[in-house]
Amino acid sequence: MDDARTPTSSAWVDRFEAALAEPVASAATVGGDRLAALRRAGRTRFRDLGFPTRRVEAWKYTSLAELADTPHLPAPVGPDGDDGVSAPPVPPPVLGAIEGAAPAARLVLVNGRVDAALSSIGPLPDGVVAGSLAAALRDTPALVADRLGAAAAIDDGALIALNTAFFDDGVVVIVPPGVELAAPVELTLIGRAGEAPLAWHPRLILAVGAGSRVTVVEHHLGGGRYFSNLVTEVAVGAGARLGHYRVQAEAAAAAHVSTITARLERDAVYETLTLSGGARVARNEVRAVVAGTGAECRLYGAYLARGRQILDNTTVIDHAVPGTRSRQVFQGAIDDQARGVFQGKVVVRPDAQKTDGYQLNRALLLSERAEIDSKPELEIFADDVKCSHGATAGEIDDSQLFYLQSRGIGRDEARGLLTRAFLGEVIAEIEDERVRAALGDLVGAWMDRP
Amino acid sequence: MAATVDTVDTVHAVTAQKYKYGFFTDIEVETAPKGLDEDTIRFISAKKGEPAWLLEWRLKAFRHWQGMVEPSWAKVAYDPIDYQDIHYYAAPKTKARPKSLDEVDPELLRTYEKLGIPLREQELLAGVEPTVAVDAVFDSVSVATTFKAKLEEYGVIFCSISEAVEKHPELVRKYLGSVVPYSDNYFATLNSAVFTDGSFVYVPKGVRCPMELSTYFRINAQNTGQFERTLIIADPGSYVSYLEGCTAPQRDENQLHAAVVELIAHDDAQIKYSTVQNWYPGDENGVGGIYNFVTKRGACRGRNSKISWTQVETGSAITWKYPSCILQGDGSVGEFYSVAITNNCQQADTGTKMIHIGRNTRSTIVSKGISAGRSQNTYRGLVRIQPGAEGARNYTQCDSLLIGDRCGAHTVPYIESRNRTARVEHEATTAKISEDQLFYCRQRGLGQEDAVSLIVNGFCKQVLQELPMEFAVEAQKLVGISLEGSVG
Repeated sequence: MDDARTPTSSAWVDRFEAALAEPVASAATVGGDRLAALRRAGRTRFRDLGFPTRRVEAWKYTSLAELADTPHLPAPVGPDGDDGVSAPPVPPPVLGAIEGAAPAARLVLVNGRVDAALSSIGPLPDGVVAGSLAAALRDTPALVADRLGAAAAIDDGALIALNTAFFDDGVVVIVPPGVELAAPVELTLIGRAGEAPLAWHPRLILAVGAGSRVTVVEHHLGGGRYFSNLVTEVAVGAGARLGHYRVQAEAAAAAHVSTITARLERDAVYETLTLSGGARVARNEVRAVVAGTGAECRLYGAYLARGRQILDNTTVIDHAVPGTRSRQVFQGAIDDQARGVFQGKVVVRPDAQKTDGYQLNRALLLSERAEIDSKPELEIFADDVKCSHGATAGEIDDSQLFYLQSRGIGRDEARGLLTRAFLGEVIAEIEDERVRAALGDLVGAWMDRP
Repeated sequence: MAATVDTVDTVHAVTAQKYKYGFFTDIEVETAPKGLDEDTIRFISAKKGEPAWLLEWRLKAFRHWQGMVEPSWAKVAYDPIDYQDIHYYAAPKTKARPKSLDEVDPELLRTYEKLGIPLREQELLAGVEPTVAVDAVFDSVSVATTFKAKLEEYGVIFCSISEAVEKHPELVRKYLGSVVPYSDNYFATLNSAVFTDGSFVYVPKGVRCPMELSTYFRINAQNTGQFERTLIIADPGSYVSYLEGCTAPQRDENQLHAAVVELIAHDDAQIKYSTVQNWYPGDENGVGGIYNFVTKRGACRGRNSKISWTQVETGSAITWKYPSCILQGDGSVGEFYSVAITNNCQQADTGTKMIHIGRNTRSTIVSKGISAGRSQNTYRGLVRIQPGAEGARNYTQCDSLLIGDRCGAHTVPYIESRNRTARVEHEATTAKISEDQLFYCRQRGLGQEDAVSLIVNGFCKQVLQELPMEFAVEAQKLVGISLEGSVG
């Protein structure tokens, strides 16, 4: 059975490659030999692994096998509307409506490539870089070359390998040590496709120097049939803090796979939340190495799955040194025939004493045919640790419904309120008040959607 | 100087106590030639005088097994097993099946005496109601079953599975492989092909079995594998409590134990299955010990039936075992209480599966894992709520305790819910043995090891109290002994 899988994925690679305007993307030549070798290795690796099926333990509950049979082509390079498909309008920034949150830089990507005309980069402090990855590879290769593949190794999975083979743009955000960026960096990734399926593989690099503080907001949306395979390499320097908030509202027919690989140095804080509501199948995977004493990794996720959606949150937190913390809260409401997936793994390496790891994952099943699959995993090789996880699944509490109804609130409205509150519990974990407010509003808007 | 001598003596005493069942009984043994092919299976079947259907079933399993791959997903590591280097049949030489205990080889009786298992009914105090009936399985065969006559008065059948095949073929044929099919998994399929003996229990309608039933498994012969098969059937409204214990001699090579246990509970029936597993765990460097690869599964077929698994796993070099409940009948209940202790180089990957199919089915999982030395201890479990399991309820608690900084404790639960009215809760914690508690005990004059034993017993209490009384006392001692030498 495994043998049958490889040729299918190989066919996908062959077709995709053949359709590229220039063989294996122009960025490859810019990045020099190292990048070219990396891409070749990525391609070989992906041919070996193929699109993951449920036979792969890390993909036990979410299969991407059907992508292998979808004839995705690379997005054409050219002006909007050439192919009769127009892009959805560019939404206002996620934090735009919040006072004092006008973005320091806003980068708009259409089909995985930065659209300079739609992007705006304000005056940034000295040394701060926020811009297109392709441009950086062309103009300042020294700045990014070593960071590519630093945190995301092709051995870490098929989708990273695929992204490595084919990314042709993305975003670079580099903040030098000691900079506090009060305004957020907003990334808006728009998918523009019609009936003919397209695929892109943007690569994001977020590097925060020692002692710096940055907030990055990511918004995914689009129209048509497409597969967005995103890889984000995050590096948080000593004592630095990165808040990374993501809204996944992709088109209903889209497939969205996001892999974040993060590395945290001494006393660093990385906080990320993904709000998922879009796409037909979406995987939000975070792999974090907590590599410095005193560092803290906080992973959050709230999701609302409807129709036949499959929304998957997968995390691996590797506590590599003594004295680190992690906190994870993932909660989702699942309606119709949708399926929610949570896989969370906390690894405590030998000698990583005094690790404090907490993980909570709760699911609210709203309909008779909704399903939740979860696998909260602990792998512990040190003894002086405090690790716990909890998982629950069930429907809305009858007594809470009754309480609201007895106060004159209709049943449907009461259910909506309780669901919103349930998702709001995750958002309440975020430190930044502006982000809390904006994401809370978004959940409200999603709930009102028919 | 005196102190040194004293220390040496203590160490000797402790080492000797570590595995007190490690002796070997020198007895004449009849074995099948080493290796596994269809002839081996025909040999076993012929030895047992089995009917043709059973031989066919074995051969079907064997043919299926040849196309299977040994599973590698568990968090255990061991050198490949040479399945051709094992004797699949070893039995003490006897002329015919002994009619009474007097015909049993006295050497065998002495072995069980040494193990503390009473096989002589008359040895019990006069006037005291017997509380436990024992089926003693020695390598590949059952050597004696006690209190059979008394049980027969109640209509309870308790005998070796070979005897059941002979005397109650209709029951065996109906239920064998009905919970664990011959094609289930690598080790269960191997067992289906080569199983030699094991216990059979049938409790008729409405009968509450008057005493605990127990099987004592002993691996004795060298280079053998033990493949026992146990089948317990509880008819509507009946109740049975069954215990099993296991030990093996101390040897440098590994021995394979691949058992299959099938339980069937009909309407309102209850089966309580308790295990104290104390196979030889290997020495402190991981040399020797039993590979315990066991498939245990219970089917709650009837309404309001209940199956409860309690296990205390302290032995074996490697444990790979997931006693499960299939909760088919509406209102049926599954329970799993487990204590798994690993020390030195032991590896355990154990847990349960609760499959909720019927309405209002309930399950409780309480798992306590204790790792010490350089051992690895994994809880792996599945809770699955099928769409039809309206109002199902599961509660799972997995706690791990680490003693020492070179061991590992892992938790791998799978939770799948397809019914919104079901409520599933899972909690897991991992921590090290509390310094405060240790200090408190030490301060009151308890030695380090006694203190650890006390704390660990407290940690396991929730599970140990589920055991029948006689076993609970034994298990508490075992908990202490298994951890000896792990702190200090």
